[in-house]
Formats: sequence, C-alpha cells, structure tokens
Amino acid sequence: MDKSKPVKIAIASGKGGTGKTLISTNLASYISEKTDCLLVDLDVEEPNSKIFIEGDFSLQEEIFKAIPQWDESRCTLCGACTTNCKFHAVLQLGTMVAVFKELCHSCYACSELCPEEALPMKPHKIGEIGILKNGALNFMECRLSLEEEQAVPLINQAHEYVNQHFSDSSIQLFDCPPGTSCPVIAATKNTDFVVLATEPTPFGLNDLRLAIETMRGLNKKFGVVINRYGIGDDEVENYCISEEIPILARIPFDRKIAEDYSQGKIAVRGNEKLRKAISELFINIENHLNHD
Amino acid sequence: MTEIVVLSGKGGTGKTSVTAALSVLIGKEAVIADCDVDAANMHLLLEPDFSESYDFYSGEIARINSELCSQCGRCQQVCRFGAIDFNEDGYKVSELDCEGCDYCRKVCPEQAIEMLPRKSGILYKSNIRTGTKMVHATMGIGADNSGKLVARVKAEAKEIGQKENKSIMLVDGSPGTGCPVVSALAGANYALLVTEPTMSGLHDLKRVVKVIQRTRMKMGCIINKSDLNPSMTDEIHQFLGEENITLLADLHFDTEFNKAMILKKTIVETDSPIKLQIEEAWGKIVETISKK
Ligand code: SF4
Ligand code: SF4
Repeated sequence: MDKSKPVKIAIASGKGGTGKTLISTNLASYISEKTDCLLVDLDVEEPNSKIFIEGDFSLQEEIFKAIPQWDESRCTLCGACTTNCKFHAVLQLGTMVAVFKELCHSCYACSELCPEEALPMKPHKIGEIGILKNGALNFMECRLSLEEEQAVPLINQAHEYVNQHFSDSSIQLFDCPPGTSCPVIAATKNTDFVVLATEPTPFGLNDLRLAIETMRGLNKKFGVVINRYGIGDDEVENYCISEEIPILARIPFDRKIAEDYSQGKIAVRGNEKLRKAISELFINIENHLNHD
Repeated sequence: MTEIVVLSGKGGTGKTSVTAALSVLIGKEAVIADCDVDAANMHLLLEPDFSESYDFYSGEIARINSELCSQCGRCQQVCRFGAIDFNEDGYKVSELDCEGCDYCRKVCPEQAIEMLPRKSGILYKSNIRTGTKMVHATMGIGADNSGKLVARVKAEAKEIGQKENKSIMLVDGSPGTGCPVVSALAGANYALLVTEPTMSGLHDLKRVVKVIQRTRMKMGCIINKSDLNPSMTDEIHQFLGEENITLLADLHFDTEFNKAMILKKTIVETDSPIKLQIEEAWGKIVETISKK
C-alpha cells in the first residue's frame, strides 16, 4: 500500500440486506482499535450505519446541487431554455418559465445557452452530511432529502468532501448503496478495492453475479464476503472458485450476530466468531492491495 | 383489476420471498410484475420461460465522430459530468459518465457529435409455473434506474392483466424510497410492507410509509423474523397502530425460507407453520381490498 495516499475500500452488494452495513460498521470498529479509520455511509437513501456508531454529530452540513432560477426581469420568453433542456425540466407555461428541480440534472445547458442570462444557476439543498469522531474512528453520514430522487450528485459531492477534509485518514471505508445502477457506480468510483457482500442462497448468487458483472465492467479489484455462511447451499462458493474470485471471509450464520445487529450493537467487540471473520477480511483486503 | 405493491424500505427483509409465495397462492388470478429491476429475483422461484424479450432504451448518449472533430475542445469545456476524455486518439465520450444532456452536441462547431439512444435493459414477458404471466426485466450495467424501466414493466403487466381479465396485479417493488419506488406505487390500490425488527428495518419502514402516505392507499405489514428482536417488534406494532396500518402477520425466523428457495419453491409450498400465516395475511388483504 502507498502510505502517503488514503486507501479507499468500498463495501457493496447486488441487493440490500446481505450484510453490507454489518460488515462496514464492524470492520471500521475493528480497524479503529489500532489505527485511524474513516467510515462514510454513502447509502444515501437509507443511511443506517449511524445506528451502530456511538456519539452525536459534531458537525452537520447541507449539500446542494445547482439548478437554474428564472429571472423574470431579464427573460424575453424566447423559448431557448425549453428546447435546450433534454430532461424537460424547464418549461415555458404561458408567460412564465417553470423549473422542475427534481428533473434537473444540473447540466447548465439552459443557463449558459440562454441569450439573456435569465436562468442563473443557484444552489438547491439535496441532502445533509453529518460528521462525528469517536476515538480513532471518524464517521460521516450522507443523507438524501426525502423529496429528492437523484442520489448521484450527493454521492459525488460526498467523495469530494472526503478528499478535501479527510486526506489524512489512511483507511477509508465506504458503505455503498445496494444494486448495480448509477448510484453504485458513483459510490465505488475512485475506490481502490470493492468488498461484495452476499449470502449463500440462490437470491444471493443471482445478485452477486450482477454485482460482479458491474465491477468487471468498471475494471475494479474486488473480493467477496459470504455472510450468514451455513444457511444455504454451496453454489456461491463454487461460483467464486470457478470464476477465480477471492473469498475474503465467511461470516457464519449465528443467531447472536443477528440479534446484536437487530439491536444496533457492534458485535465484533464481543462475538468471537464475527471477530475472527472480520480480522480475516481485513488481512485479506490488505494482502490484495499490497499485491500490485 | 386491483393492484398490490409489495415494498420494504430496507433490502433483505424477505420481500421477494413473500411476493413469490403470494403469487403461488393467488395462482392464475394474478398477473405478476417484478419491478425490483435492480436485483430481480422472482424468476428464481417462479420459473419464467422468457418467451418474449424486448430491448429497453432510456435516455441518450453522446458520440463524437472523430472524422469531423477538429479538436477544439469546446465539448469538454461545457460537459459538467467530466464525460469527455482527451488522449492521443482525440476526444471520446465515456459512456458511464455521460448523462445525455446534449449540451456538447449543441455547442460543437463542426457538428461532430450525435446523440444515440442508450440501451438500458431488457424487458421480458414470460409464462410462469403458476399458470399465469409475469413481466420482468434486467438492467444494464450502470444504467439509470430512474423508474422508467419500472414504469414500463408495470405498464406491460397491466396491459396483460386487462386483456386476460385478471383480478389482481401483484408488483414486487424495489427497496428504498427513490424514483423506482415512486414509479412502482403509481396507480396502485394497496401497499404490502415487509419489514424486519432491526433498527434499520423500522427506520426504513417509516421512510417508505411517508412516501406511500402521499397517495392515501391502504397499507398492511408483515414483520419477518419477528422473534429475533421482540422489543423492536413491539415498537413496530406500535408504529403500525399509530399510522393505521394493518398488522398482517408476525413471522418467526425460519430456515425453511432458504431451504425452499434452494428447491426453487416458496414458503407456502412447504410444511412450515408460516404457510398458514401467509394464507391468513392474504385473507386480510382480500378483505381490505374488496371493501371499497
Ligand atoms: S441545468 Fe440542464 S437539466 Fe437542469 S434545467 Fe437546465 S438544461 Fe435542464
Ligand atoms: S451529452 Fe452532456 S453529459 Fe454527455 S458528453 Fe455531452 S455534455 Fe457531457
């Protein structure tokens, strides 16, 4: 590992509920026993990691995206904005121009191509980030406002924020949104390694395959953690072996781990089975990162 | 035709297992729509024949014709998404980054840029083993799951349902609260919530309920793995009471769900006590939807 640059590790999965948050919060807690660690919850629609982190946010900041704002006094109703917006986010309605902010992608076309400069771009709040420090653990939560539908602008800005404010955090973990669509692409972008969480069931295998296809498409280095190991069959394991995908850890199915999780407890501190799996995971990630 | 949408807020609560079980219970009377396009899994339990498939296009993508390009760099300057790369071969659009806003094409003095439709998934119409039809889809890597594919899956299922005189349309919605969920909810008559007694389960349930409440549709809730955290289950009961949401069933943690899944069966095709509970829950839903 290059010691001068932070190592960025994404924790993702083909679908939610496979243990992404269990892994990221416990891994962060485990790492921070020894060294500085930053955990960023990028599952912006449903950020849940905070439940497991003690303490209150010491800093909260609003995050904005740029959307055009109609300046009536300058507008000549030429109609250029309506034609220039591919997303039908600016419409001329009678003698006024309306901007539908949920549809706007902040591309600036309407604004910069307006001959009268009647659509200046103005910040519009799309979410919030909260930050807290708990010993060696820094935690950052990114939450999308409920009325907002686009996660990507918030995720991109969160990455930028981390680069600006946490460049001295040597290990950075990113709890990503589930799935394979654009929010995951944005969340895993610029990370050095992706941990894919899955379950040993037919659903788990199907979702894992999609996630792997995505990571291969993005040219990412990745490995798999099998969570609830023992509840299903061997197909996930066989698949990883035949595809030569590293299995970084197997977290055994254990009622106690499930109960601790459901109560918002970090099990890595007291549960030996989980502790063993998480330490193995960390060693394996380090090995893979050191390998090039 | 009554439209029932199954949602969960959080992923991994058993939403799809429950939806598939209901599909088996309702049988021929229902048309099925798998709108969890980001992690579609129903096909693993319902054996679709993929008899018809259609490419799905959504949005556009820019392409630069290098023969016409004079390398002025104007496109790169205006693109807010960093989607235009420059190297020894000239300017090139990065497909994963391009949002299709069309700004670059508009400013290119050589008219070297064209916008092409973006293939974002494949839609299937299938016959399934319960003697009815299902509409489902797979999404392309990094495609924008903005709800358009979900809307299309639903529209196709509705058309089939109306043509074939089905009384029920059963929709497996996606997790979260974003655009795909809003699309899945549009026009529905009843929302079935499947949750689990974890802090994040309740938290996400509250968020999705808020979204559903904008529509005034009736809601019912199944709590899966209710015995893993009895006090959290109580808290969910209380929340359901306050919001006037019918409690349909408390399902105990049961490994039969996974065993059935491995055999490509649903829980109502096993001897698990949960079978009866799902049947009762369905009875309560029928009671509610036949009221008005
Ligand atoms: S910034 Fe782009 S997406 Fe937003 S309203 Fe203007 S043209 Fe439309
Ligand atoms: S269409 Fe928009 S996003 Fe795509 S390359 Fe052109 S300017 Fe960039």
